[in-house]
Amino acid sequence: MKPRTIIEKIWDNHVVAERDGSPALIYIDLHLVHEVTSPQAFDGLRRRGLRVRRPDLTIATTDHSTPTTPRGLPILDKVAEAQVKQLESNCREFGVRCYGLESQQQGIVHVMGPEQGLTQPGMTVVCGDSHTATHGAFGALAFGIGTSQVEQVLATQCLLQRSSKTFAVHVDGSLKPGVTAKDIILALIARIGIGGGTGSVFEYRGSAIRALSMEERMTVCNMSIEAGARAGLVAPDDTTYQYVASRAFAPKGPDWDAAVARWRNLPTDEGASYDREVTIDAAELEPMITFGTNPGMGIPISASVPDPGDVADPLERETLAKALRYMDLPAGKPLVGHQVNVVFIGSCTNSRISDLRAAAGLLKGRKVSPQVRLMVVPGSRLVKEQAQAEGLDRIFRDAGADFREAGCSMCIAMNGDQLQPGEYCVSTSNRNFEGRQGAGGRTFLASPLTAAATAITGVITDARTLL
Amino acid sequence: MKFENFSSKTIVLPIDNIDTDQIIPARFLKTISKEGLGDQLFYDWRYDAAGQPRPDFVLNRPEAKDARILVAGDNFGCGSSREHAPWALVQFGFRAVVSTSFADIFKQNSLKNGLLPIVVPADVHAKLLVSPGTVVRVDLVYQVITLEYVGIVRFPIDEFSKHCLLEGVDELGYILQQEPAIAAYEAARVGSVNTLG
Repeated sequence: MKPRTIIEKIWDNHVVAERDGSPALIYIDLHLVHEVTSPQAFDGLRRRGLRVRRPDLTIATTDHSTPTTPRGLPILDKVAEAQVKQLESNCREFGVRCYGLESQQQGIVHVMGPEQGLTQPGMTVVCGDSHTATHGAFGALAFGIGTSQVEQVLATQCLLQRSSKTFAVHVDGSLKPGVTAKDIILALIARIGIGGGTGSVFEYRGSAIRALSMEERMTVCNMSIEAGARAGLVAPDDTTYQYVASRAFAPKGPDWDAAVARWRNLPTDEGASYDREVTIDAAELEPMITFGTNPGMGIPISASVPDPGDVADPLERETLAKALRYMDLPAGKPLVGHQVNVVFIGSCTNSRISDLRAAAGLLKGRKVSPQVRLMVVPGSRLVKEQAQAEGLDRIFRDAGADFREAGCSMCIAMNGDQLQPGEYCVSTSNRNFEGRQGAGGRTFLASPLTAAATAITGVITDARTLL
Repeated sequence: MKFENFSSKTIVLPIDNIDTDQIIPARFLKTISKEGLGDQLFYDWRYDAAGQPRPDFVLNRPEAKDARILVAGDNFGCGSSREHAPWALVQFGFRAVVSTSFADIFKQNSLKNGLLPIVVPADVHAKLLVSPGTVVRVDLVYQVITLEYVGIVRFPIDEFSKHCLLEGVDELGYILQQEPAIAAYEAARVGSVNTLG
């Protein structure tokens, strides 16, 4: 048999039917649902008189429109409240488990799934959310879909798909101290551009990827979409199995042993080939930060903002100039030392316990600059409780940070957590598009370390100077 | 609804990587309906902080009123999976977007909503970018656009999507017809999780 990549193996395992000329019908093992992209899909089911075919492979939680103020307080935004309530009532009506606002398991959908052991190697995972690739960290083929497809999966547990190109991202060598998983992915996007992965699925490979924890692998896979890729994954290994073992929905006893035996067949075969490949030397990476209005506009923290005058293509030049006008930044100067108003630590990219530990490590015994508002938003209620158990909440509060309830929060600014027009924010989230964190707001994407260091000094700071 | 050939003047947004947060900002996604999104299309580019239309923005000019073709820079529709983006474009009146490339999820979502993503070669694209208001005829059957003063340009589309657009095929209905294959797959499938367990 021809050697195959893990991407091809998972695909082959899930083909339900394939007709000439038509896309393949692919089976979905896990469907994650949230309040924003599902109401119109449930409406569609009602209109057609359809049920959810496999509620046992479907699970919902509330995150995007969800307040991060103390639970029990009313939701002030009535439109958001209606959407959150609609999710809960749709789930009741269709028999889907929902980790709603009051649930112990509530959290950002891409934090909750892995935390509960729902995400497992070899699966196909979908969600009406482009950051679904996060689950690829487990060796799952996980991708975002639109609301029409949410309805299709609810009704049939299947999707029409064409196979993707395979794209190997080799990251070899050791990261220097102060350089993190977030810097790997920001460097990749800066290198290949935000459309560089269009039509492809990334497989992240190499010694630097193997050395990452599961939470770090999730950070890398999470932003695959920011390079345009449909998905991104890491082949499972013992790090994966140790993380999944004993979680709530993980297989138990003999089922566990059988599952691990199956999963060990997933990694890419020796001699398999990819449609595209890129290699990154981990040892050469620096902490990364974005200066512009898409995630590909990233530079090493010691570098200078590029000059549109140096760009030959007129449309590219104007796109860069427009970004710098929006950001109100001069070309040719470094970002270090630039004053910020807000620092946001959270989102499906960087809101897990290891992210909070990294930030707390810098903040311990220090104070947040009086010019800065620091928001720390854990990815799930369980992450929050773990942080409290470790005393991280005290470190954040003693430093002057706002430690909040779980949700997407200021990554997408749908829940009231947002920047004011013109404000600058260093954010551990995934998108720096115009207005993403609030109309007129300006975002610098970076790691939790850079975010925490900047919160302390009030200006963009290389965290290595504080380590 | 079946896709029919049409002609229209173009509206041009000469910017690369227009993301779905620009097409429709996230704060408008709190709705539980598909309707009423056309007014929010490109909201933060179209309106000032006081909610007044910016007269210099192309969608606020008189010629945008009847335009059904948007010409935009490379990698249009990057970012989130929100289907609200094609919903808003269609509700504003667009039936096609012309670019040199589209983000994957946006392209899929558009095809499911009768919005045709048309990829053209860079030289044709460059001409369209500098001549807003060009009359373009879109012929999906022959997969060509006809440009005033330029000529006929063929564009790619996969046969299945073309068939679904032309015949108004409902994809969910098409999948439901494959029930025997789905049931057979499930019978042979090794269980994964049980979210209800």
